Amino acid sequence: MAEPLVFLNAAGACVRDLPDFARDGQTLKALYAAMVRTRRFDAKAVALQRTGRLGTYASSIGQEAISVGVASAMRAEDVFLPSFREHGGQLWRGVTLEELFLYWGGDERGNDFGGPRQDFPVCIPVASQYPHAAGVALAMQQKGSGGVAVAIGGDGSTSKGDFYEALNIVGIWQLPAVFVINNNAWAISVPRSQQSQAQKLSDKAIGTGLPGEQIDGNDVIAVRAATERALERARAGEGGTLIECLSYRLGDHTTADDASRYRDEEEVSPHWKEEPLIRLRAHLVEAHGWGKKDEEALLRACAEEVDAAAETYLATEPEPARAMFDHLYADLPPDIAAQAEEARDD
Amino acid sequence: MTDLNMIEAIRMALSRALEEDPDVVLFGEDIGIDGGVFRATDGLIQRYGSARVRDTPLSETVIAGMAVGAATQGLKPVAEIQFMGFLYSAIDQLANHAARLRNRTRGRLSCPMVLRAPFGGGIGAPEHHSESMEAMLAHIPGLRVVVPSTPARAYGLLLAAIQDPDPVVFLEPKRLYRATSEPVVDDGAALPIGDAARLREGGDLTLVSWGAMLKETHAAAEALAGEGIEAEVIDLSSLKPIDRRTIRASVEKTGRCLIVHEAPLTAGLGAEIAADLAEHCLTSLLAPVRRVTGYDTVMPYLRLEDRYMPSVGRILRAAHDMMEFA
Repeated sequence: MAEPLVFLNAAGACVRDLPDFARDGQTLKALYAAMVRTRRFDAKAVALQRTGRLGTYASSIGQEAISVGVASAMRAEDVFLPSFREHGGQLWRGVTLEELFLYWGGDERGNDFGGPRQDFPVCIPVASQYPHAAGVALAMQQKGSGGVAVAIGGDGSTSKGDFYEALNIVGIWQLPAVFVINNNAWAISVPRSQQSQAQKLSDKAIGTGLPGEQIDGNDVIAVRAATERALERARAGEGGTLIECLSYRLGDHTTADDASRYRDEEEVSPHWKEEPLIRLRAHLVEAHGWGKKDEEALLRACAEEVDAAAETYLATEPEPARAMFDHLYADLPPDIAAQAEEARDD
Repeated sequence: MTDLNMIEAIRMALSRALEEDPDVVLFGEDIGIDGGVFRATDGLIQRYGSARVRDTPLSETVIAGMAVGAATQGLKPVAEIQFMGFLYSAIDQLANHAARLRNRTRGRLSCPMVLRAPFGGGIGAPEHHSESMEAMLAHIPGLRVVVPSTPARAYGLLLAAIQDPDPVVFLEPKRLYRATSEPVVDDGAALPIGDAARLREGGDLTLVSWGAMLKETHAAAEALAGEGIEAEVIDLSSLKPIDRRTIRASVEKTGRCLIVHEAPLTAGLGAEIAADLAEHCLTSLLAPVRRVTGYDTVMPYLRLEDRYMPSVGRILRAAHDMMEFA
């Protein structure tokens, strides 16, 4: 069985020749900064939830390389269809910290992205974003836009029929779509071994005729390199690709979950040595002169930016009750408009 | 102007939409070279090509979900679910995504898609091919659910569904596909969605129905007329939203309302109409609102199918009860 693609191992050592983009210090620093920013957002979001100021929240701690790596390979005109643990990718695509706080704080206005207007909001019902990606890709193919639909979901999502059906039709119609699996080893309490007897989740592509590849999802360079290749294939009219990114869910499933009910600390702790920030930082120090001052300045900037965004979110008044009718239809039918009259704020 | 049956009128509307709007794309199972199992898309792949009239694999989930994705990106998908009995796996996409994408993005993304599905019994089809589960769909906020009753109305309502900026489920009463023909003008004119149609005027009793059951409802109205009872017949046409005003206005005139639907009784749309009349028209009512519907049973296989379908006799018995009440 082929080993998962990796450039930077857990210690930050290069184990194969780096792709061109990864020889550039500025590019790597931008990827690192995006992951640090994501982790800071995660920490703040969890803290806000713990103090009753945010809704149930799904942390992405330890999986930042997948989301950031994928998004960094995309073009603006591509469309991102994330599951609910891909904050890093959304932020890279231009969704703002304020919008993410607003969304997870229970306000749909957080999905009215000022940046990537065509990107999908996070998909909460697991795996149903994959058929959307097929549809987005159909529109791109039909209109010749040159764009690619990029969907991400978790390891659990590959057990659903939606996943197979979407890959299958993308294969038949040679649609420009990329499917990325964030295999963080857990689907709430169910481990990867109980999700499928497939040796690799990327093997599930075989049954659809798509190429599938398993990579080290904690190496942002591997994620970006694999995604770039998949995007090139899609843009060249060669169809879809499945990429399985191996990572580990260091945190609970969400703030409503207590992972100690079903997994031991002894299982979790070794994975802290493999998480994506350590290895890229080590490489930056080694190869690009990243110093303590750079690190401190970055952490401080991220903290300030995230705190300011949280303050903005907390100061945002909820919409009036009537707002639940405002975007139900383009034109609210009179039948339902009568109900809107009853929705009061007192 | 030619006389067309309903399936021909639907085909003409689809062709018109493909002709006029390059963003319209059709997909579904067997809709291409086979022209659809009921021939609704017969000849369209030859005329518009396999990029715009697409045979999908056997994948109801992806048919519905792909329509959602395509609709957000400027295509106008008109997807077909071969029979309503196979639509259940598409409900996830309809309820969780199609019907709420506009709301959950505060208007940023929308979902102008049509999902067509033949529904209802009466043609002796296999199991799972004859259900009338429209109330499940009408319960979904953000959706529109439309049912035509004649070829001309099918043409106009389908064009309206395709032009609608929001998702529409277009349920086709397959018992009527080839039941009657009438003149249908291919003028591209859409009928308004959300308006009920008054198909017959009368002052004694309001009969509300939709789809194929209008056949029995009309027959009952005709028989009642022979007895000197003038029934008004209302074709609900839009099951979501409901045109409450037209029904209330009629019942305020007649004082009696009988709802006829093929779907099961409990939590059917008849219950919503009856409740609305109880809330808004109590002082106009001369008799209790009645419902003649399918039973709360599994839709029987073909030997008992006719025993399930509401009959003219059942409608007449209920109507007579109501006239005798007051």
